[in-house]
Amino acid sequence: MNFSMIRYTLGWLLLFESAFLALPIITGAIYGEGAAISFLITAVLSLALGLLLSLRRPKATELYAKEGFVIVAMSWIVMSLVGAVPLVMCGACGSFVDALFETVSGFTTTGASIFSAVEHLPRSVLMWRSFTHWIGGMGVLVFIMAFLPLSGGHNMHIMRAESPGPDVSKLVPKMKNTALILYAIYFALTLIQLVALLISGMSLFDALNTAFSTAGTGGFGFRNDSFASATTAQQVIVTVFMLIFSINFNSYYLILNRKIKDALNSEIKVFLLIVVCAVTVITVDTMARYDSIGEAINHASFTVASIISTTGFSTENFDLWPELSRTVLVLIMFVGACAGSTGGGIKVSRILILFKGMARELHTLLHPRQIKKITVDRKPVSHELIRSVNAYIGCYILIFVASLIVVSFDTGDLVTNFTAVTATINNIGPGLSAVGPSANYAFFSPLSKLVLIFDMLAGRLELFPMLILFSPMTYKKS
Amino acid sequence: MKIIIVGCGRVGQTLAEQLNEEGNDVVVVDRSAVRVREIANKYDLLGIIGNGATHTTLTEAGIDSADLLIAVTGSDELNLLCCIMAKRYSACRTIARLKSPEYATETEYLKQELGLAMIINPDYAAAKEIARVLNFPSAITIETFAKGRVELLKFRLPEGSALAGMSVKDAVIRFKASVLICTVERGEDAYIPNGDFIFAERDIISIIGPAKAAMEFFDKIDYKIQPVKDAAIIGTSDTAHYLCGELEKSGIRIKIIEPDEKKCEEFASRHDGVTVIFGDPTDEDLLKEEGVVSSDALVALSHIDEENIMLSLFAKSAGVKKTVTKINRIEYSKVINSLELDSIINPKNITADMIGRYVRAMKNTTGSNMETLYNIIKGKIEAAEFTVSDKSPIINTPLFALPIKKNVLIAAILRGRQLIIPRGADVIMPHDSVVIVTGEEKIYDLADILDD
Repeated sequence: MNFSMIRYTLGWLLLFESAFLALPIITGAIYGEGAAISFLITAVLSLALGLLLSLRRPKATELYAKEGFVIVAMSWIVMSLVGAVPLVMCGACGSFVDALFETVSGFTTTGASIFSAVEHLPRSVLMWRSFTHWIGGMGVLVFIMAFLPLSGGHNMHIMRAESPGPDVSKLVPKMKNTALILYAIYFALTLIQLVALLISGMSLFDALNTAFSTAGTGGFGFRNDSFASATTAQQVIVTVFMLIFSINFNSYYLILNRKIKDALNSEIKVFLLIVVCAVTVITVDTMARYDSIGEAINHASFTVASIISTTGFSTENFDLWPELSRTVLVLIMFVGACAGSTGGGIKVSRILILFKGMARELHTLLHPRQIKKITVDRKPVSHELIRSVNAYIGCYILIFVASLIVVSFDTGDLVTNFTAVTATINNIGPGLSAVGPSANYAFFSPLSKLVLIFDMLAGRLELFPMLILFSPMTYKKS
Repeated sequence: MKIIIVGCGRVGQTLAEQLNEEGNDVVVVDRSAVRVREIANKYDLLGIIGNGATHTTLTEAGIDSADLLIAVTGSDELNLLCCIMAKRYSACRTIARLKSPEYATETEYLKQELGLAMIINPDYAAAKEIARVLNFPSAITIETFAKGRVELLKFRLPEGSALAGMSVKDAVIRFKASVLICTVERGEDAYIPNGDFIFAERDIISIIGPAKAAMEFFDKIDYKIQPVKDAAIIGTSDTAHYLCGELEKSGIRIKIIEPDEKKCEEFASRHDGVTVIFGDPTDEDLLKEEGVVSSDALVALSHIDEENIMLSLFAKSAGVKKTVTKINRIEYSKVINSLELDSIINPKNITADMIGRYVRAMKNTTGSNMETLYNIIKGKIEAAEFTVSDKSPIINTPLFALPIKKNVLIAAILRGRQLIIPRGADVIMPHDSVVIVTGEEKIYDLADILDD
């Protein structure tokens, strides 16, 4: 294990985080809030610690798969720990566990909150919450690694560990340029949404918060009722952008290069199909509750987009919807967004490979001597990929069940606990019942909160980095 | 620069590593998914699985925006096809490796007709290299710069040499040396020595200077040089064919030893003036009987590395002055280097070096031009030749006044036909050719040698 390289990377991460903290500091300064001082102190501490850790460049810059996983998992934990400090310091959160829950929820783009009301919070805190979504959405480590003054290769391991999806591919030969392209797309889309929201009549502060939150598919709101009181135009803008940010960013690059055919791959088609089906079912199911069919479609599409993109905004308390709609929502919670997007969940591409694998197994039962390859977009899927998808689902179920059991010792009912774990491991935010869109996670015991924090991190980093970080095997000398 | 490498064998991998390190956008293409994945994990580049001669794969690899395609698959015909296809779709330059001797005579024709930028035959390149070594036997290896006007000679300081224990400064004064001490290798370390550096026995030293000055220097330090008059070659590989052609030119008597009778006959029919001996080259008696042990040089070119190493060691111990050993696998280069074999030839490395040199020359367009680049000590020290432009910041200032970086050495200045071994008072002028020796830092432009 290359510990000095881990130290060095963490140092740089802290330097970057202190830079990120500038945004809430500026916000606080503009609105004249005392909370800005908490952010300033944290930024200075983070800067000092970062300088200390990154002062000495490591001699060996090699990073292998093992270090890649550990660096990514540790970075996300350290980043959250530091980000939680100002929330406690300014008095917004009562305990550090609460503050950590809120920050992890932010960086992992979950959007599960422990605040019952947010409108009274300092604006710098609100801005920091949304900004953590935006930072966590694309992942910050690939960005840092691409610009670190180090010559060692092997950055692919970091990218693979941090990027969502079963298979990570570069767009152009150089990691740095690939990262640049992806962040440019991210930045541009966020900017477009910001402008659209401003045109729709939102104030700059609200529009910034919404854009950050949507881009990272996070879901922290700045109003108690999330988006219920927003205009229909604003709701539609958010719906569209939630869907845009849950599609593989590689596709946008392909579209920019006029390769539309390649961009519309089967994952995106399946994703859109699921969205259309879910919206249709929910619209029909809830039609009776609304005045017009237009209103029903608006609420259904907003909610489906919000859940499948794993954002977690709401225009309606969907917990009050009929059972069929609620069931559909819970199911699409597991599906999640496309690989290579900012969304969470199991990812459509994994579901696709899983189903194709099942179909193949059925074929082999009927025709034992048949040789059949799984193909996606007419390309054969490698055996390793299928194996990793299967292993992923296995680990996913295991972590899910273990978390559910621990959380069940708490006071909540089955629906609450089940959807709480679902909503955190899939990085959605609101669940049903006592953790529904109008409720929050404050009532859980500190132990349950820690478990849910683990679930959020595991879900965002796609399980394996967190498992490897906490596995004793990792640290044995080989 | 964007470079597509088709074929991820040894040459492909070496090239991918070198070119990626130099900051190029590298895309590798191979049919084997395992190889592509391995190389894409190791280096920061893009891997494409597929046949590099197909339109689909080439498009996927981004041929339309590529500057150069290098085809180094195992098959000559596939390499040619890759280059032809690439030329059809884009304006990129193409390099093909052609192994078969059948194409060797057609190189110029193929280059012209198919519009290739470079054709490289690894066996021929290796033969050229060996011939150069044999023509200058006491130096371990030789590289020429500036179209053959400057020679860089690498040799091992023998035990009991007068130079051992002496500092560079003293050596220059005492031997009135008109050559420049370039690099010193000691064990696994490599140095660009300054004046206070002290030589030790068994150091490997490289010097730069005109051939005549080098000879004088060797003479003064009592380093024996005897030209090769006859050489024994083991094996009848393609390299041996080319080598015979080269050596016949310089009038060296050649003896070939080959254990396969048919191959012997074939070889004898192609090379009239060569003594072809049918026999087992690992048979000590045969080597003694045929006078191999008393020949000036032994070149081991069989296709088994171990056999080549053993033969060279045996020949060395039996008193052959110069041995050249062909080795295909260089994974154990540290161990092999400790055996004190004189010259080790690796055709694949030579191929990768030559292509790498071409790419660097191609890449350099601004300020001053890099002409050739040579790895003096692999991965540690390089020598590069530049042409100085009118606008270069280093002109018209005496060298001692230039803030030159540490570990950078101006090794030679060429002005017209004149070679200058630079001293502090010398001045670089526009249109000079300059040879620069550098350590770890890579120099792409002449202006890079100055301290910021």
